[in-house]
Amino acid sequence: MPETFEPKIVAFFCNWCTYLAADLAGTSRMKYAPNARVVRVMCSGRVDPQFVLEAFAKGADGVLIGGCHPGDCHYQEGNYKALRRYELLRRMLNQLGIEDQRFRLEWISAAEGERVKTVMNDMVEKLRALGPRVAAKRREVA
Amino acid sequence: MVVAREYKYMCSDPGQELIRQDIRDHQLDRVVVAACSPHLHDRTFREAVARGGLNPYYFHMVNLREHDSWVHTDKVAATEKAMDLVRAGVRRVRWHVPLERRQVAIHADVLVVGGGIAGIDAALTLANAGKHVYLVEREPTIGGHMAQFDKTFPTLDCAACILTPKMTAVRSHRNITLWTYSEVRRVEGYVGNYSVTVCRKPRYVLEDACVGCLECIQACVYKQAKVPDAFNLGLGKRKPVYIPFPQAVPQVVVIDPETCIEFKSGKCKKTCVEVCAERNAIDFHQKEEIGTIQVGTIVLATGFEVFDAARVPYYGYGLYPNVYTALEVERLVNASGPTGGEVVLRDGRKPRAVGVVHCVGSRDAHTNRYCSRVCCMYSLKLAHLIKEKTGAEVYNFYIDVRAPGKAFEEFYNRVAEEGVYFIRGKVADLYPADNGDGQLVLQAEDTLLGMIRKIPVDMVVLSTGLEPRADAGEVRRLFNIGCSSDGFFLERHPKLAPVQTFAEGIFVAGCCQGPKDIPDTVAQSGAAAAQALALIDAGVVELEPNTAHVMEDACSGCKTCVPLCPYSAISFVEEKRAEINEVLCKGCGTCVAACPSGSIRQNLFEDEEIFEEVDGLLAYA
Repeated sequence: MPETFEPKIVAFFCNWCTYLAADLAGTSRMKYAPNARVVRVMCSGRVDPQFVLEAFAKGADGVLIGGCHPGDCHYQEGNYKALRRYELLRRMLNQLGIEDQRFRLEWISAAEGERVKTVMNDMVEKLRALGPRVAAKRREVA
Repeated sequence: MVVAREYKYMCSDPGQELIRQDIRDHQLDRVVVAACSPHLHDRTFREAVARGGLNPYYFHMVNLREHDSWVHTDKVAATEKAMDLVRAGVRRVRWHVPLERRQVAIHADVLVVGGGIAGIDAALTLANAGKHVYLVEREPTIGGHMAQFDKTFPTLDCAACILTPKMTAVRSHRNITLWTYSEVRRVEGYVGNYSVTVCRKPRYVLEDACVGCLECIQACVYKQAKVPDAFNLGLGKRKPVYIPFPQAVPQVVVIDPETCIEFKSGKCKKTCVEVCAERNAIDFHQKEEIGTIQVGTIVLATGFEVFDAARVPYYGYGLYPNVYTALEVERLVNASGPTGGEVVLRDGRKPRAVGVVHCVGSRDAHTNRYCSRVCCMYSLKLAHLIKEKTGAEVYNFYIDVRAPGKAFEEFYNRVAEEGVYFIRGKVADLYPADNGDGQLVLQAEDTLLGMIRKIPVDMVVLSTGLEPRADAGEVRRLFNIGCSSDGFFLERHPKLAPVQTFAEGIFVAGCCQGPKDIPDTVAQSGAAAAQALALIDAGVVELEPNTAHVMEDACSGCKTCVPLCPYSAISFVEEKRAEINEVLCKGCGTCVAACPSGSIRQNLFEDEEIFEEVDGLLAYA
């Protein structure tokens, strides 16, 4: 067991904005916490709520969705669909005991490498403070 | 997993050969490459896999560089992350299915948006290659900013002398349809097949009937020109019926309905119509026209806007009449400008001392952090021209003189030798001198001498920077391209795809992509034209197969998906349930995520593939 809790985050990044922003953070050699793993989807609108549930079910401590800014979606409005689903899903996750901080939707454009860094670091910091998920803790006790 | 291999340069020929060899030696049926971003080399490796005899989509690329090794310092944690990512890729690729790229034909016509030097040059190159070009320009004439310049650095060629022949070539070229005073309203479709709606604003003069005799301007009931003239930045005046400048293309007048008496009261004597006589070119009832054109590729050359100097209040622009922007001075030194080429102050006096303030709206944390790249050189040029025309002492206040182009440094040396003063320091204050001469004092810390300098001058020239157009945001949304953090249009790759964008078939040229001088602009517009030509002459383009399709048997016909599609690609057919038109589908996958029965699938992003990827990432969570 590591001394500080290191959350594991699954990130779904859209191909045209946030994934590129993460690429830009890379080419700019920005440094951020290594806790998230990125799954590339064409659009944040492709993120099926089941992907998020699957990630939490398989032990993710947090899920991050990254899409283009409102009005900038490569597919016109896929990010609005993502927003709509996110709001509903967030409430449902709350009822399952998964706190708001564990599920985030962020708009990050292809030019915002810096923002990938700050969002990643911020989410890791918040999840570190929050600790492992209750369900996961219970599993350990059992 | 049959074979795992480590090689430093997998994208090189020997690296690709390794993949092909392994496919043959081990009868591989799936390949994963863990290297850089798929945005860089997805295609390279897919082609290698195809050459090895596999379907190119039996391949997945894992990003270990941009998303892992380059951004993390904790080596143990980064290695764990790499293992997770590779595991996820390997598990995902098992579900891949063979796919075919779709081929679509490329419409040979091209749209060029913006008629500055970038758009003009791109349009001429394409038209000379035999392609039909629609050149759409917002203003009543083409020419852009370059038409406003007097001389061009560092050679001091007259801007009009080198630009005008190109403008007239555009007008007379049989392959160019020139639409001035027009704007793009809507863009639909995809690479090779764009449908573009263009609005042609009414100029109240029939373009085909007007012969450019300009007699109507003479005849206008306004005996004196009273309206500030935009081309001369308000330094000159024009009438309600006008031509922007003598060499305007097309040679067609425009009527400004804001100031024309006929529009305001309907009671004008209409002397303009009288003199136009049987040509009958004036039509006060002209309406805007909307037209739709089909093109295969688009070149965006929408240019820049000059930084508004009033945003830096301590330079007193708009407050002190003798503070000018560089573009205004450009009009003053121009022989066809409002003063006939005389560099005179607003009260008609010749300046004896002139201060040039560099970096106004550039290299400044409060306005724009970037360097506008052209201001140092045009400041040197203006310093030379002012000195030549007036004999005035010219003081340049600079942060650094940036002269990195061909023959630029030599020009800087020449101007310095001519006796122009260079003071290394940012002007911190500007205030009226108390010597009663109406002079202004420029105060700066000379960082070479280490002292404060206060220099009284008669005229101040603000070397204003270049900014993205105010409506660049709307324009880029119209064409579905991105912008960088400074607001200029974003190229696909800063080095290897400098004129391409993330919208395939749409290219950028000139200052809409970032500040640059005329040589760089023309080079870039040539590159954009060449890229468009490469697509057109290939005749077809291959599209990624990541479209969605409906599993007819599973579809319950709930119609949830139908309104979700931004491209109206989904229709509802009674017997067949939902149906997706593959040609219209752009592959976002929004409908796939929304289908309650899971009966819509997306190639390359199948549910199983993503579930496996997630499970692979979390195998040891």
